[in-house]
Amino acid sequence: MYVYDNYDQAMVDARVEEFRDQARRRLEGKLSEDQFKPLRLMNGLYLQLHAYMLRVAIPYGTLNSRQMSALGDIADRYDRGYGHFTTRQNIQYNWIKLEDAADILADLSKVEMHAIQTSGNCIRNISSDHFAGAAHDELVDPRPYAELMRQWSSFHPEFTYLPRKFKICVIASEKDRAAMRLHDIGIQIVRSGEGELGARFFVGGGMGRTPMIAPMIRDFVPLDQLITYAEACLRVYNRHGRRDNKYKARIKILVHELGKEEYTRQVEAEFVHLLEQGIEPPREELARIARYFAPPTFEDGPKQIDRSDPDFALWVDRNTHRHRHDSYVSAVISLKPVGGIPGDATGDQMRQMARLAKQYSFDELRIMHTQNVVLPHVRIADLHALWTELEAAGLGAPNLDTIEDIIACPGLDYCSLANARSIPLAQRLAERFAANGKTGKLGELKLKISGCINACGHHHAGHIGILGVDKKGVENYQLSLGGSEAEDVSLAKITGPGFDEDGVIEAVDTVTDLYLAQRKEGERFVDTYRRIGMEPFKEALYGA
Amino acid sequence: MKILTGNDLKTGAVIWWDGANWSIHVDCAADVGDQGEEIMAREEALRRVNVPYIVEATVSEKGIRPAHIKDRIRALGPTVRPDLTLKPQSPEAIDWVI
Repeated sequence: MYVYDNYDQAMVDARVEEFRDQARRRLEGKLSEDQFKPLRLMNGLYLQLHAYMLRVAIPYGTLNSRQMSALGDIADRYDRGYGHFTTRQNIQYNWIKLEDAADILADLSKVEMHAIQTSGNCIRNISSDHFAGAAHDELVDPRPYAELMRQWSSFHPEFTYLPRKFKICVIASEKDRAAMRLHDIGIQIVRSGEGELGARFFVGGGMGRTPMIAPMIRDFVPLDQLITYAEACLRVYNRHGRRDNKYKARIKILVHELGKEEYTRQVEAEFVHLLEQGIEPPREELARIARYFAPPTFEDGPKQIDRSDPDFALWVDRNTHRHRHDSYVSAVISLKPVGGIPGDATGDQMRQMARLAKQYSFDELRIMHTQNVVLPHVRIADLHALWTELEAAGLGAPNLDTIEDIIACPGLDYCSLANARSIPLAQRLAERFAANGKTGKLGELKLKISGCINACGHHHAGHIGILGVDKKGVENYQLSLGGSEAEDVSLAKITGPGFDEDGVIEAVDTVTDLYLAQRKEGERFVDTYRRIGMEPFKEALYGA
Repeated sequence: MKILTGNDLKTGAVIWWDGANWSIHVDCAADVGDQGEEIMAREEALRRVNVPYIVEATVSEKGIRPAHIKDRIRALGPTVRPDLTLKPQSPEAIDWVI
């Protein structure tokens, strides 16, 4: 994985000291909250419901064991013994003291991490496929391109004050495991008919209050023009994006209002102009970065998995993913124990995962946007030993992509923007389905819960989505069906009037019962929904 | 009644105005009547509170209860981590929020 050079380290260290001085001046009263707020947000420090919250960037979700271990130490030393992995492959700490914040950033810097650009109207953490560098179906490891974009977008002076926050995702397979088309810019590395690698650009996707699927605006950009084309996309947005209305400021609104054709025309014109300027980093720089992502030395070994232990076999079936080398798999550590808080991990668990990564996965981990953790390169020969250790650490839940693997935002338990709690609902739903034995029968079913319209819980993209709203001071939940964030991307539709907490749990039970009764061989929940439509579900929920 | 809340500048902890100082316990909150804006301006200038605001609340023999669920969660702590609330030994405290 990428290692900081002297410039990277010097920039991050300088930023830590700059923030230390800003925090000191705030504590001494030399800065007002209005003056300090944009400065702390540039360093990922929010003021949330109970305390300051620090969001730490995990570029394209990739970590080594030293970094994961440091995140665990920060949880114990500065927070209350845990952290929360987010739907953008980051980690958040919920109980931070302002007087400790600069020390935390200094500790992060020692392991080449930071919280820069995890808030504010700038280009945020670049996200990617959590199986990058390991997946059997990728054309190429997308992370060198994501890292190039990280370097381009870090402290980019032209894009520090965009009309609104900006999220970019890079993948390199036909299978979309990163919700690529629900980003402001989604980039898919593809191969042309002539065998050349290039980038397909999708622009103007997103969730939030106005969910949109990004349309493709260019089917092939040569990879040595990748940054130039991205810069052109951003420039047109920066020029025309609405700054007068926060709710209409995202690029998805601009692309929608201008129209894809006109937006694309302007991007292409800007692209021609920028090509003349020669802003693309030299090929040698991409080659330098790519060397850091050279695959480990994989060795041939056993290819068959001993499935005689049924609990182990279930975990293998649900929580492992085919690897590019047939003696290895990628193993997913579920952070969704039944009744637990989705995405939370204690300091001890983080250090455990770090140790396991070192022992079993070439020192590498990935954070999934579904709030789980991946050990990308595990020898099949070691898989049972790994599972045994995960079980012992309470990290062996066999529920990836099932109805128990629920994405949930922090909701009203932690977030000042939320209208309703998400986590208790996720806990009760997981408990319900674990107890009634339906989880296995339902197969792949992606349930996602957001506590407000900002949609951090990706409810628009859930096969079943739940949105918490405030109904005259009481929590209420809207149910929606039919979303997907994968290559079959679609936006979920609301079923009808909302439910209270007990009611929405019954409603999920009802729609899954209908699915089980109606499905054809091989159909997932979302497939059956697409075939039979919303009406049967409405009838089951609300009567004729 | 009207009560004042905000966050401690250094620690970020949720605090409530008790009439003379800031307390982490909502039951200590004082009714500020129409003095809220004045108190907030003074206390913020003294850096004794960060981002203060006025909250509607009711009082009963059980104590003071903010009108909105968001402020009740602020007053207690996360309902999903009773061990981290101000009443870790009292599971029924969650019912007070809901």
